[in-house]
Formats: sequence, C-alpha cells, structure tokens
Amino acid sequence: MASRKNIKRLLVTLGIISWLVMLGSSYLYRFGQLNGAPVETYLFLSKVSLIAFIFIVYLFYRIQISMQDVFNILDLLWKVFVTGLIATMASLFSSLLLSVLKENEHGRNPYFLDALYEINLGLIITFLIAAFTVWKRLILYQKSKWLIRLWSTFEYGLLGSSILFFSTLKLFDGIGIIVLILLIMCALVLSVNMKWVAYLNFKQKWKSILLIILISLYLGYFYSILDNYGADSGYNPVFDAMGLITVHSLFLFILTYSIFSILVLLFNLPTSSVFEQKFIEVVNFQKLSQSRNMGQNEEQVYEVLLESSANVALAKIAWLDIMDEEQKVKKTLYFKTYKLEKEEILKAIDHDRVKNIQSLIPTKNEKQKRFIAELKHEIYKSIFVLPMIIRDQPVATLTLVKDVKDGFSKEMIEIIRTFVNQASISIENYRLMQEAIINERYKEELKIAKRVQDSLLPKILYTNDDLEIAAFSKAAAEVGGDYFDTYKMNEHRLALIIGDVSGKGTSAAFHMSQMKGIFQSLVQVNLGARDFIIKANNALSNCLDRTSFITTTFFILDAKKKNFQFSRAGHCPTLYYSASEDKVEFMEDNGLGLGILRDSQFEKYVEVNEYDYKTGDILLLYTDGVTEAKNSQNEEFGYERLRHFLKVNKDKSAEAIKEEIIKTIYDFCGSSNLDDDITTMIVKVK
Amino acid sequence: MVEIKNTIEDDIITIHVIGEVDASSSIYLDESIKEATDKYKKVLVNCEDLEYISSAGLGVFMSYINDLEEKDIKMVIYGLSDKVHHVFQILGLDQLLKITDNRDEAKRIVNGV
Repeated sequence: MASRKNIKRLLVTLGIISWLVMLGSSYLYRFGQLNGAPVETYLFLSKVSLIAFIFIVYLFYRIQISMQDVFNILDLLWKVFVTGLIATMASLFSSLLLSVLKENEHGRNPYFLDALYEINLGLIITFLIAAFTVWKRLILYQKSKWLIRLWSTFEYGLLGSSILFFSTLKLFDGIGIIVLILLIMCALVLSVNMKWVAYLNFKQKWKSILLIILISLYLGYFYSILDNYGADSGYNPVFDAMGLITVHSLFLFILTYSIFSILVLLFNLPTSSVFEQKFIEVVNFQKLSQSRNMGQNEEQVYEVLLESSANVALAKIAWLDIMDEEQKVKKTLYFKTYKLEKEEILKAIDHDRVKNIQSLIPTKNEKQKRFIAELKHEIYKSIFVLPMIIRDQPVATLTLVKDVKDGFSKEMIEIIRTFVNQASISIENYRLMQEAIINERYKEELKIAKRVQDSLLPKILYTNDDLEIAAFSKAAAEVGGDYFDTYKMNEHRLALIIGDVSGKGTSAAFHMSQMKGIFQSLVQVNLGARDFIIKANNALSNCLDRTSFITTTFFILDAKKKNFQFSRAGHCPTLYYSASEDKVEFMEDNGLGLGILRDSQFEKYVEVNEYDYKTGDILLLYTDGVTEAKNSQNEEFGYERLRHFLKVNKDKSAEAIKEEIIKTIYDFCGSSNLDDDITTMIVKVK
Repeated sequence: MVEIKNTIEDDIITIHVIGEVDASSSIYLDESIKEATDKYKKVLVNCEDLEYISSAGLGVFMSYINDLEEKDIKMVIYGLSDKVHHVFQILGLDQLLKITDNRDEAKRIVNGV
C-alpha cells in the first residue's frame, strides 16, 4: 500500500510538471511568434505535454479507484460530482475575473489568458478522467472476457487517436471523423453494461440519478467553455484542446453513458423494491446459515429467524413460541408486538377451524404442518403459522399476521419455510456441538473416576511366610464394581476379601468404594469371618439402594494354625486345589449376598467353614466376569474350564497362575470385548 | 433384550420373562413385578424362556423379598434353566424365593395346596 501511495505522489508531481511544461511551451510559442522565431517545436511540445498530462491523470485515477476493492457506487459518483464542482467553480471564477479585467491591460495580456485557459483545461481534463475511470468501474461491474477486451480496445483507441492531434488535418475531416465514429460505436456498445443498477436500492437509485444529471450538466458546461474558448474576447489559445479526438471522445462517451444510466435507473425505479426484497432474503438466509459459525446461541438464531420471516412476509405482527421438551411454550419472542396483541389475535382465530395455535403444532409423526387462515379481526386479516421441527420434535412455532386478506403468497411461504429449515439446521448444529462438549466433559469426569478407583484397589498385597498371593482386576468400562483387598491382622493372621457389586459402571463403582471402607474399618476390629459378614451386611443395608447388593467372600488365613476360615456371602464359590488329594473343587456352601436381607434375618444364612491347608494348596478367587466371559460363539468360559485350568496350572507360582489365567481368558474372548469386570486372586501355600 | 408378557388367569398373574435381563432391561422386569404385586396376591414368574440374568436382574427379584412378606403376596418363580438356577443359588436367593421346576407345582404353591 505504501508503494501505491508513493506512486500516487509521483503521479501528482509528474502531472504538475507536465502541466507546467505545457504552459511554459505555450509561452515560448507565443514569445517566439512575437519575435518571429521558429515556434513549431514549442507547439509540438505543448501538445505532447497535454497528452502526457491526460495520460498521467488517467494513471492517477486508475490507482485511486482500484484501491477501493469494496466500493460504494454512490461514493464514486459523489467523487466525480465534487471534482466537477471544483472545476466549475474555478472556471466560473476565471470567467468573472476576465469580465472584471476586460478593460484592464492585464485582461488582454495573452500570457495571463493562456494561464487561465490552461488552468481551466487542466481541471476539466481531471474531471473528465475522473468520470471516465468511474464509468469504467461501473461498466466492468460484472466482468466478462470479451467485455474486458472491448474496454481495452476502447482505451487504446482513445490513446492512439491522439496521434491525429499532430497532423494538420482538421478534426472533422476524413480520417478524424472515422476514428471518432469508431470510438463512439465502441462507447455505445460498452454503455449497455448497466448491471450495477440492480444492486442499488430505491433511495440510492434516486441519488444516483441526481448525481448523474448534475455530472451531465457540468459536462455540457465544460464542453461549451472549451469549444469556443475566448471567442467573445478575441483570445486565441495556442492550440485548441477540442481538436484532440481523445478529449472529444471522452466528452461523448461520458455523456452517452450518463444518459443511458439515467434512463436505466429511471426504468428500474418501480421494480427496485422487488430486488431489494430479494436481496434482504439472501442476506437473511446467509445470516441464518452463518449463525452457528458465529457461535450464537439458540435464542439469537430464533431472533434472526423471526425478524427475517417477518420482513419477508411484510407482516404487521409476528411472534415465535419456543417450546420445551414437553412441547409447552417456554418462551415467546415478539417482533414489534406485545403480549396483549398476541392474545387478541389468538382470540380472533376462527374457532370453527382451529381451537388455538397450540392445536396446530404437529405431533411427532406428522410432517411439517403449516397453517394459513383468515382472522375475524378489524385490523388483522390473515395469519400464517409454521412449526419448526428438529429431529421429529417440534421446537418452535412461528406466527405471522398481516393486515390484508390472503396476505401470504406462495412464494413468501416457500421463502419462510426455507428460513425455518435453515434455522433448524443451525439450531441442531448448535445442540450437537453442545452435546459434544458435554460428552467430552463426561469423558474427562470418567477418567478422573477411573483414577480414583484405581487408587482404591490395593497396590501392595499383604502376605505372610506361608503364602504367596497374586491378584488382577480389570473393569469392562472406565469404572467397575469389582473389589479385592488384603489386610495383615497380626503376625500370622491375614484377612483377604473379594467382592462384586451388582450392576455395572458408575453406580457399581460407588458401592465398591463403600465396600472398601467397610472392609478397612471392620478388619481392624479383629472379627471372625461370621461377625465380619454380619457387620458388613448391617453397614451396607443402610447405604445400598433398593435393588443393589454385593457378593463377597471373606477369608482369614492363619499361618500359626495352618488353616483358613471363610464365609461366602453370595459370591462365586472359591476354587480350591488340595495338594494332598490332588483334587480341584469348588467350595460350595450356603450364603447370602450382602444387602439382600437388611435385617437380623440375614444372620441365619451366614455360614463359616474352616479348612486346614498344606503346602501346594491353591485358592483361586474370582468374580463372575471370569466364568461368564464369552467367546465369539457366545459360549461362556464356565466353571468347568476354570477347574480344568487350575488342574493344569497347579504347579506354577501364584504370579504365574495369575498371568496364565489372564492370557487364557483373553484368548478365549478373542476379539470380543469384556462384558463384565474381571477380577481374580490366587493364593498359594508355600 | 427382554420381552415381558403378562397373562391373567383367575386371581393369578403370570409374568413371562423372555430373553436376557441385563442392567438396562432389568428396569422393565422391575416395572412389571411392581405392577403385578400392586394388584395381585398370587404371582407366577415364568422363566422358561429366560436365557440370562445379570446381577442387576437378580437385584430386582431381591428387592421384592420384603414386600412379598409384608403384603402377604405369594410369588413363585418356575422354569429356570440349570444355568440361571445356579446363579440364583450362588447368590442364595433360592433360600428366600420360592423356586420350582414347573408351572403346575408353582400354581399349587400360590394356591396354598
């Protein structure tokens, strides 16, 4: 941009220089003529500098106008008008000066008269070029290849025709007239390009007409000045600028296009309201489509919809009822309307046809239903109701009211429907975006929950000298309801628990954390297995919801007595490998899940068993996720496979058995995902 | 997914549970047991076509144990497959709920014969 400014400055300087050269050479010509010296060179020089001046002014305006990429037609016309005004003032002032100085000696001084003439000439040419460049911009408002080509031809023609200026031929002789006619024809063809007119509204058209008429008046005035300059005062300019075909053509071209423009503008006046309307529709449509990009909320979209629709329909009254999920009106937006008017109109609805607006709202299965009716009202005569539907759910109802009968044409209805559809899309997009944001937040929350839960499962498993213990747990979702833990009650007594909360996911995870709390508290009190289960049931009875329960098996392993006691509360029976008998068995007995009976009745169902253990014995604790793990044929892993597994792997260490069971289960499931949380704990007697 | 069909015969309502009862479909089982126990004193649950029941489904049965006693409602579950029966057993529900093999026996129990 800075370089453009510099170029402009340079052009202004060059323009002034060329003008000064023109004046200087005229003086030299006159001086030489008085002294009888040869003057042809000076005449030639002044003519060249005139052409150079025209060319430089043209370049200046070309840059000036093209700098405005987005331009306002009226602004351009206004600039031409102001240039014309300045030129006219200057020329009027010089005429005044001349008439005042007519009798004075200075008034007849040829140098003074030359200066005045050339000032006039410079200003008029500036005006002509300004108008020419603006006209160019208007003609090329919508460019096409051939149009640009034709215009270039015209410009080169204008420039080329200036050569004739140097010939001795008279302007209207032979070749000059032919060139002029050709240029005029070119100008005529160009002048039919009036597309810009359609983009003006009514008011702008009037203003344009006024400005172009004024420009045409200047044109006439300037022509009369130049054509006969000094005829009455006997002044003879050094050269007659009107002898330059370029100037002549410029006058004619600008005038032709002005006349064409005025006519076209006039003829377009009556239809301009239609174009304006269409333009508003397009703009509104764009507003509705873009609203989601601008991060607008739903209500803003509704507002744009209401305003656009009311404007398109030329409605006197309009409102938009926004519905909540139960399809009751949550909020009403009014367009130049008050609540009272809405109620008045609702009353005026023809009750033979519809009870009220609400009854017009389609139900889920109905397609977009619309409604047009006459109103029994002294002012308001017709009403149009259109529901807005998103995902088969009516979300809003648009009501438009007019003060004329049959006020809603088919075309209007179509456009409003398009608006409503577009607004639906915008709102749906907005909602989807909101949902996505919320989902993202939920995911984050779940991640946190997962981290919390992971911290609830023990990092270290306590053990004693007799036992090696290994455990593994994996939730099917982010969080799960499986639980296991160990606690060293004293030097030789070790408590061990495995549990499974009914249900899945978040609710199960909450109960699992309660179970952890209960285990960690009760186990401190040094209870036996029976008391532990009863107390745990009591504690849980107060915190589990109606349909939830927890199954668990609680072990106390005693290294001193070399035995273990356990109580099973509805949990999957522990798999036990007895090394002395070389047998794998499920330790099935009676027992009831925690929370199933929430009173003292529960105690009746608690059983405790005691076993003596020997080296090589293995306890395999697990949750139902293990036995119910499914393969691609929908077969369950089952109890038999588990029994077989332990039999085969009995000689491995607890850790190795754990690794092997994970591998076996995952191999069994294959590509299918885990349905349930999986937990297993292996205790092996050393 | 689960499908639940209710049939009424004299003063006995039969809830026919078809398919799989998991965490999400257990709500339907809950609803129909609630409805049945609100209106009837004799309730049969036909589980001949119950393929699978999750812990959430068991939780539904469990939650009515106290209600049945308090309101003196007789509810009998019949037609459990071995697999499903085992699930009831492990949890201990077989000790608290009346479970029989077939409909005739179930009917006899609700009629107090």
